[in-house]
Amino acid sequence: MQRTVLYRRHVESGARFGPFAGYEMPIQYEGVLAEHRAVRERAGMFDVSHMGEIRVRGPRALPLLQRLTPNDVGALHPFRAQYSALLTERGTFIDDLLVYCLDPEDYLLVVNAASRARDLELLEAAAAALGHDVRVDDESDETALIAVQGPRAAEIVSDVVGGEAAELRYYSFLHQNGEERMVSRTGYTGEDGFEIYTAADRAEDLWAEFLVRGSDAGLTPAGLGARDTLRLEAGMMLCGQDIDEETTPIEAGLSWIVKWKKGDFTGRDALVRQRENGCRHRLVGFEVEGRGIARHGHRLTVRDAPGCAGPVTSGAFAPTLGRAIGIARLDCAGGGPPEPGSAAAVTVRGREIDCRIVRLPFYRRPKRGV
Amino acid sequence: MIPDDRLYTAQHEWLKVEDGEAVLGITDFAQQELGDVVFVELPAPGQEFAAGSEIGAIESVKAVAEIYTPVAGSVETVNDALEDAPELVNEDPYDGGWLVRLRLGDEGPRDDLMTAADYEAQLAG
Repeated sequence: MQRTVLYRRHVESGARFGPFAGYEMPIQYEGVLAEHRAVRERAGMFDVSHMGEIRVRGPRALPLLQRLTPNDVGALHPFRAQYSALLTERGTFIDDLLVYCLDPEDYLLVVNAASRARDLELLEAAAAALGHDVRVDDESDETALIAVQGPRAAEIVSDVVGGEAAELRYYSFLHQNGEERMVSRTGYTGEDGFEIYTAADRAEDLWAEFLVRGSDAGLTPAGLGARDTLRLEAGMMLCGQDIDEETTPIEAGLSWIVKWKKGDFTGRDALVRQRENGCRHRLVGFEVEGRGIARHGHRLTVRDAPGCAGPVTSGAFAPTLGRAIGIARLDCAGGGPPEPGSAAAVTVRGREIDCRIVRLPFYRRPKRGV
Repeated sequence: MIPDDRLYTAQHEWLKVEDGEAVLGITDFAQQELGDVVFVELPAPGQEFAAGSEIGAIESVKAVAEIYTPVAGSVETVNDALEDAPELVNEDPYDGGWLVRLRLGDEGPRDDLMTAADYEAQLAG
């Protein structure tokens, strides 16, 4: 089991650890509910250094990424990022990822820990086919990643790394001290927030500085437990759980990352067929109306559409909403996906519990005056 | 402190036997392991259970733990307060966070229940 460079800091903060993608990661400190609330109301700080960072650069970096990802990397300006994916020929997810454009010949891909080795293999094979015009480097082990998320994140991050951070637009970033630190206005919680990529040997000091300088604003360390409930409320997919090699972006409601006019890319033919013929599987959000919690692996059935059913891919109690929610992968052979508002049911420990299909996301952050 | 007025199971439940009835709950260690409790599923009054059978479940934000009864009996009452305040299991596991009151059958508690001292030794072990 691997540990991130911040492991000792987590022990000092009283973290409880659990395995995640081959890493021993902090699951919670004070408690999942308190950490979840801290992020919604003030700010929370996550160690997500297990994420992989893969650098792709060279004159052919852009064509390589255009070929391997469905979103339009050509539309990406320097210091902007985009959400995208690596797909199979069947158009299904190998991984979801962020593409950061450092310059038009230099990109950083931020990938999931569990699929990092496979992503790297795929990128290297594609690069080898293009000869020396593109180079792929795995920078994961030299890079730590700290996410500061919540309505007070901008003020805290500005205090620690400088006010220019607060000027960043959503999905843009800046470099500091050469390339030693990269501050990005992105996140996985549904709140305003930042992800700070830093040289691994600077991470412990940065974490400690955030804890001290952020304490007045209510910053608290938060673990993967809260990260999971936060991202689920925000309707964000977890790769390897909600989206995987059996799911396409269209089925997942992520058609917006597929840019049809940019030219060919891996999986395009399969996705075009789905776009024309419709898809049999759909990921849908649902709320539990009865008493109970639907969990991963339980089965959701749509009441008025017999045969429209499938496994819950994510299910949890949603602290902000005060009820249980989930995402299910429905097989609606023949019919289309159920309309929001459709009655559904999930069976938990032999008991049928009422649910309702709802539109994603479950939670949208309130607009706050700037 | 682990209350010494009751018995304990290896699965971190406590059982307080009095006048042919037994109150069942989970220990402080168990609630800490579970984390924030958000839902407790309890049996209906009148239901009968054999010793060792599953009578309900406690759901925290991140996990589910089944509740097993170490004694045979019928459900006398359940802790209705947990419906609106499941966090009582975290905040007051030995008292306000009790789960179920059972009327004991003839056979009495299983003989593998532990005293508070034995349970403490198991936790330390």
